[in-house]
Amino acid sequence: MSGDVADRGAWPIGAKPPLRRFHQARWDEPVIFELSQPGARGVLPPAVEPGIREAVGDPAAALPASVRRTTPPGLPELAQLHVVRHYARLSQENLGVDLNVDVGQGTCTMKYSPKVNDQLARSPKPADLHPLQDASTTQGILEIMWRLEQLLKAISGMDRFTLQPGAGSAAIYANVAMIRAYHASRGDDTRDEVITTIFSHPSNAACAKTAGFRVITLYPDADGYPDLDGLRAAVSERTAALLITNPEDTGIFNPKIDDFVRVVHEAGGLCAYDQANANGILGITRARDAGFDLCHFNLHKTFSTPHACGGPAAGACGVTEELAPFLPIPTVEHDGARYVLDHDRPSSIGKIRPWYGVTPNIVRAYAWIASLGAEGLREVAETAVLNNNYLMHRVLQIPGVSAPYAEGRRRIEQVRYSWERLAAETGVRSEDLGLRAADFGTHYWTSHHPWVVPEPMTLEPTESYSMADLDEYAAILRHVAEEARTDPDLVRSAPHASTVHRADHGPLDDPDRWAVTWRAYRRKAGLDG
Amino acid sequence: MNPIAGIGGRVGLKGSDGDDVVRRALALGAVPEANPRTVRALERLGGGAAGLELLVGPGPMGEEAARAAGLAPLVVGGLSGDRTTAEDTRRFAAAMAEGGVDLLLFAGGDGTAADVLAAVGDAVPALGVPAGVKIHSAVFAVSPEAAGALAASLARDVAAGVRPGFREAEVLDLDEDAYRRGQIAPRLVGYLRVPREPRLLQARKAPSPAGEDAATQAIAEDVVERMEPGRAYVLGPGTTLRAVAERLGVPKTLVGVDVVRDRRPLAADVGEDALLSIVEEGPADVVVTPIGGQGFVFGRGNQQIGPGVLRAIGGDHVVVVATPWKLASLAGMPLRVDTGDPKLDALLSGHVLVTTGYGDRAVYRIEA
Repeated sequence: MSGDVADRGAWPIGAKPPLRRFHQARWDEPVIFELSQPGARGVLPPAVEPGIREAVGDPAAALPASVRRTTPPGLPELAQLHVVRHYARLSQENLGVDLNVDVGQGTCTMKYSPKVNDQLARSPKPADLHPLQDASTTQGILEIMWRLEQLLKAISGMDRFTLQPGAGSAAIYANVAMIRAYHASRGDDTRDEVITTIFSHPSNAACAKTAGFRVITLYPDADGYPDLDGLRAAVSERTAALLITNPEDTGIFNPKIDDFVRVVHEAGGLCAYDQANANGILGITRARDAGFDLCHFNLHKTFSTPHACGGPAAGACGVTEELAPFLPIPTVEHDGARYVLDHDRPSSIGKIRPWYGVTPNIVRAYAWIASLGAEGLREVAETAVLNNNYLMHRVLQIPGVSAPYAEGRRRIEQVRYSWERLAAETGVRSEDLGLRAADFGTHYWTSHHPWVVPEPMTLEPTESYSMADLDEYAAILRHVAEEARTDPDLVRSAPHASTVHRADHGPLDDPDRWAVTWRAYRRKAGLDG
Repeated sequence: MNPIAGIGGRVGLKGSDGDDVVRRALALGAVPEANPRTVRALERLGGGAAGLELLVGPGPMGEEAARAAGLAPLVVGGLSGDRTTAEDTRRFAAAMAEGGVDLLLFAGGDGTAADVLAAVGDAVPALGVPAGVKIHSAVFAVSPEAAGALAASLARDVAAGVRPGFREAEVLDLDEDAYRRGQIAPRLVGYLRVPREPRLLQARKAPSPAGEDAATQAIAEDVVERMEPGRAYVLGPGTTLRAVAERLGVPKTLVGVDVVRDRRPLAADVGEDALLSIVEEGPADVVVTPIGGQGFVFGRGNQQIGPGVLRAIGGDHVVVVATPWKLASLAGMPLRVDTGDPKLDALLSGHVLVTTGYGDRAVYRIEA
């Protein structure tokens, strides 16, 4: 076992096992559609009362024929018990954000999200609201939205915010749409290129592409920073904007960021700061102070709503006064007495989603910021950076791992490590090590594709984790890396105590086989005859 | 296993091709390293060995290494003389392919890879255990251990009924005499099929989860869409350019240079002189892709597109295409040009926009 654990200090309650062993539940649980019993019912709604039926007639008759079903939907039919049991079982078949030292999901900003904020979001006042209620009955939630906008303005330096986007990529898309509207409003329709960097949040390239832009990607220079000379070569009269993350996914902060902004501005382009993850810079740097025209936050990352890996998420876009006319409608306005939703914004890009914002997450983000205050936010960033550099110090002591690009320099909130050397020496890949870690109750993520950093591992220990947590995590990595040398087959065939041992990723990469719905699965698997 | 692979390396002979070199290497005190490296690879077969049938060449060509690794192999054929030759490598590789093996694991260097390619072509997937002096081909694992691990995981997949994926990877060979004079002039010999799981392959190929195939198709779409009527398009070697030809529905010489105009083939597998006359008679673009892991855009594997051709075409009409995975395989190294004309190399240097997908460009440095 690793020597790492000896210097942990006294364990408060007796001898602590050197490494925690974890065994995941395995229920062999079918897909809920396969559990369907024709005729089974979870809820039997009462019949419409006679008086109402007489007054209203057939409620479905009020719907236009085009939206009325001719055949019932293919939903599973189950009793309540079987629904509860099904999902309770599934809930046991994972590592769980509240169960493990979740520092391995780098770029996702996995932090502890206080339960009291959940209670606020789920309390009847926000939970029972309907988006079509009259504004006179929703002053409370509108005030929270307006106040959250004021807080985000202070955090970023921007002049206006929208909380409408339902996720980070929706926020980036909103920014790209505003960039397009801005150039169009000036009669400038030649700008069809967006510039980003290979270590920026990949949603920047994806959203620009979705909005119809061509995408130019900068690679790092010899020092590991985005290539400023490359940017100079890339800008032209076709440049619509720079969409850039800083610090990048490598955890390296680009100190020349204001030069990047200047070069793009001089070419007539706008600059959007991707602050999906702003955890390392809260209260330290602001998008506006670096000269950016737009920015966005993922409330579910930095602002603890939390990152649920599949939703619900929430995005917030900040813009300068010059770009404010293009914000999505509606905006939340305060006239000193009342809060209103303003739909009368003729230059607006329109709506990014049907209603204004993901209300429960807006409540959680507001509560989280309010509970910390300005100094608390800065302490979040400082602790996250300190945790990251402490963990990096521990991890880099493990033989076979490195932190390429800017080797030897400190990082901000995360590090993209490389197990290239260990893989060459043992034949054990980074993915194998991450899966073996599951036998010790945790995991890690490699990186986005393509793997610019070979055999990658991306760790982001946010402010939530203690020194003992980080020591435990580093001890697991050290142990697993040692196993790669002493018993490589054990690591390559891991995890050994998980619900699923090894998944065949082939179908996930194959459009002819991937299936995100039961209907698609049946069709592609040829089960429909 | 090529038992004399790598023998010239430590004693500075830069290769092991030819009897004379082997004799000189032995005289200089060289110790063959291919056997211990092969043993290291075969020891990693361990976990996958259940139900695995291992065919080996006789004696020093695999049998001894397999026994040293504690395995019980089936021996294919016998040696032709008391010294092993490249002909033996080709003969045993062909016999194994004939025998229907799932994977041809060979130990050696670029020369051995070329021999295996000559013997089996794309009939059988292959994987190189790096044991030679020259390892420029993208068909070698990063280490003997990695080769063994990859073979073991393939065996497990086959046993579990999972259909393993394969892709084509470059086999390069150098002219050793030129190499000894300090000239690196690798020649693109062809492509071997290697396991799709590329993470452990030499040349640091990043993983390509079907995405690389999609990116190649997207590049082809972009290039074809930009083609102008009446302009000749010189298509360099490689699978990326083959995808362009496929998109046009025209044939493509995989390791050669072809020319298309108005979406029709104009010339196939052309040499420098023929190219020169084509590009001098009318407007032309050249479309090339760098060699994975090395980054050479010109001067390696496409010497037909010589300095005269490039001067006639003009630097603005050089289109460089590469998947993001290929750029990742460069691990931060710049793209390179070595046309043989230093002034032209300087002109071609600097930042270029590399086409990486449909409407996707990367800004990347070219250095001479």
